[in-house]
Parts: sequence; structure tokens; C-alpha cells
Amino acid sequence: MILRLLIVMLFLSSNAYSASPVVVGQKDKAFTVETINIKVGDKVRFKNEDPFFHNVFSLSDTAFFDLGSFPKGEHRDITFDKAGVIDVECAIHPSMKMTINVKE
Amino acid sequence: MRVILISMLFSFPMQCLANNYVFEAGHASLQEWLLPDEVPSPKSNPQTQQKIALGKQLFFDNRLSGNKGMSCASCHSPDKGWADNLPTAIGNKGKVLGRASPTIMNTGFNDIQMWDGRSPTLEDQALGPLESDVEMHTDMAELLLFLNNSAYTPIFNRVFPSKGVSKETMAQAIAAFERTLVSNNSPFDQWVKGDSGALTQNQINGFKLFVDSEKGNCAVCHSAPNFTDNGFHNLGLASFGQEKPDVGRYAKVPIKLMKGAFKTPTIRDITLSAPYFHDGSASTLDKVMVHYIKGGEVKTNLSPNLKVLSLTNKETSDIIAFMQSLTTPPEPFNLPVLPL
Repeated sequence: MILRLLIVMLFLSSNAYSASPVVVGQKDKAFTVETINIKVGDKVRFKNEDPFFHNVFSLSDTAFFDLGSFPKGEHRDITFDKAGVIDVECAIHPSMKMTINVKE
Repeated sequence: MRVILISMLFSFPMQCLANNYVFEAGHASLQEWLLPDEVPSPKSNPQTQQKIALGKQLFFDNRLSGNKGMSCASCHSPDKGWADNLPTAIGNKGKVLGRASPTIMNTGFNDIQMWDGRSPTLEDQALGPLESDVEMHTDMAELLLFLNNSAYTPIFNRVFPSKGVSKETMAQAIAAFERTLVSNNSPFDQWVKGDSGALTQNQINGFKLFVDSEKGNCAVCHSAPNFTDNGFHNLGLASFGQEKPDVGRYAKVPIKLMKGAFKTPTIRDITLSAPYFHDGSASTLDKVMVHYIKGGEVKTNLSPNLKVLSLTNKETSDIIAFMQSLTTPPEPFNLPVLPL
């Protein structure tokens, strides 16, 4: 019984680990990283750390999305299901740019 | 302990903290509001005195326009705060255009140009009005022919030895001149540098309210050091509620948030460039404040950074007094002699 429980716990924790998003902050009107490399199926979490609203969007062919606007402390998640290069910006502050490389 | 508490109570009004600022002349926490000593210029277009002089001539030369009656200075005039003091600009053949002429004072510090941000550089921006049918309506081939057969030709050859006259070099020269238009010596700048008498107590109070997100909430967009975030916001102006409104940034970035959003202008030298907003709908700073206190007129697609303000009349007048302290005293400006 204990062994079964341990196996279930191990399975859950391994699943939880693989589902952990890659966190990208938005601070001082910049993304906290310029580039990230992820795999197809990975989730990216954009977290606003500035005391005003930010946005996240991309018009890239690989991923066309708009995560809307959100205030300090909030985040938006997005999972990428196609390989390619994705240019990400904040529409409110266009100097905020970053690139996501999604690989197979 | 009691002594410490009393001392803290008495010292608080002198060193009132908001956004980690200490509101004392010259305090280190305020230095981010000073502009850099030099206006940044791209490596491909370094500043030279000869290039600036050529750009100044081109800027004021009516012969650059299609009907030979308009120059850059028609909408960006030195005696009108480098704008035109009109609600919206007047273009080719007297056509009234849809947007106000923005001041080009301090525009060299901005990393994106035009109300809708369609120009990434000053060089790109310089050609925009020339090539616009409704603005200067320039026949570029005809203009280049003129520049190549006038007293301009040797000047271009001297400034751009390997390139001579071209659309690109013309834009580079105009951009170089625009980078010399700097407002960085206002009473506010003097106060930040340490002159405690440069601002009145009302103006200092106005600055506190300006940067306080719970009061004026102005610095959320009009941020240091050029009083702009180079960002795009829908301010809820009445004109956005009209049929087929100007969509602004949305034409360039088709994201819902950008519908009706326009670039935050600098408010340095603000007293010289009324009326205000991209549609020129506010004739005075009082009217600007009335708009912001309401949190915008049209609430559709309003910028999330905008909110209804809770300000007393005294607080409002202090913020206006502060904005009036952002004007550098104008100096005489010499118009150029144009080559024949």
C-alpha cells in the first residue's frame, strides 16, 4: 500500500515538474529575458512585475496571439504547440520585445 | 522612543516619500528625471555641425513640398512650441487633417515616432510628411532634381562626400537638425539639479501628485526622463466615440488594445504647444485635467492604465502648476539663409 502510494506521488510530482511553465517577467518596461528556448508543448508564463498594466502579443506566423492586458502581480500562460521562432512584444510599450525559439 | 517618533512625524512632510522619491531639490532619488547630456543618434547618422546646418535649411525650405508652399516648419514652427498651435494640422492645399501636429521638441530622445508609431526612427519620420499626399505632397523625383541643380548640391557633397544628394541623405540631415531641439533647462530641471528656489511649494506638491499612482497617476505614462513612456494608450477622448473613429496604433498593430491608442507625447515645454491630445480637443491644461479626472469620456477600449481620479481643486491646480514648470525659457532662434 505504501509502495503504491509512493509510486502515485512520484508520478504526480514528475507530471507537476514537466508542466512547470517557463516564467518570463515584465519589469522596468522590459521582458526579464531577451530569448528563451523551449520545446513544443511547453508552457510560458508571462508575469507582470511593474506597477502598471502590460500586454503580451505576437503576430508571428508560428503563433499569433494576444494575451490582453494585466496588472502587477498577475500572469498569463500560453502553451506553444508548433515549432518556430516567435517574436513577442508588449503592445502598450513597444520597446518591450523578446524571442521564443520553439523546437521539436 | 517618543523622541524618535515625534522627530519622524515632523520630518515626514519635508521628505514625503512616494515611488521612493524624496521631494527635496537635488535629491539623488530624483536624478532619473534629468535627460541625458547628449541626444542619441544612430551610428549610421552621426551628428556633425555641417549636417545639422544643412538639415536646418531643408527643414525651413518651402521648395521641398509639392506646391512649394509648405516646409516642415509649417507644422513644426519654433514660435509655436515646434508644433502649430492648431487643433489638427493643415496639409496640402489647406486640407484640414485628422491629427494634431505633435511638438518635435525632444523627439530625438524618443525611440518611436509619429502619433501611431509608424516610424521607428527620426530618419524615417522625416520623409513621412514629404511623401504623404495630404501633407507636403512632394514629387520626390522633382525635388531630387532641384536639389541636384541648386546651391544645395555642393553642400550635400560636402556633408555626404560619397553619397551626395539623395532621399536618404536629405532625411539624415533633417533628422540631425531635429536632434538639436532639446528642452532640458526648465525650472523643474533646475530644481532636480539642486536649486531649491526653482519651484514653488505648489509646484513641488503638484509633482508629488503627478507621480502618485493613487492621485494624479500621470507618471504611469508620462514617465522619466522625457515625460513619456513611448507607449500607446486609448485615452477615451470624445472623438473615439464618433462614427469611424481614428484607430491610431491599431492600423500598425492590429491588437484590440491598440484600437484608438496613440503615443504618449512628452509634456516638456507643454505650455508652448497647446492645444492638447492627438485630436487637439483640449485647448488648455485645465481641460486636459478635467478629462483625466473623469477617467476619459468614451469608456470603450479605454487604456487599462487610465482611471477616475480623486483630486481636489487645489490638487488639480498644483498639478497644472507643476506642468507649467516643465518649460525651458525659450531662446532667440535664427532662421537659416536658404541656398538658391
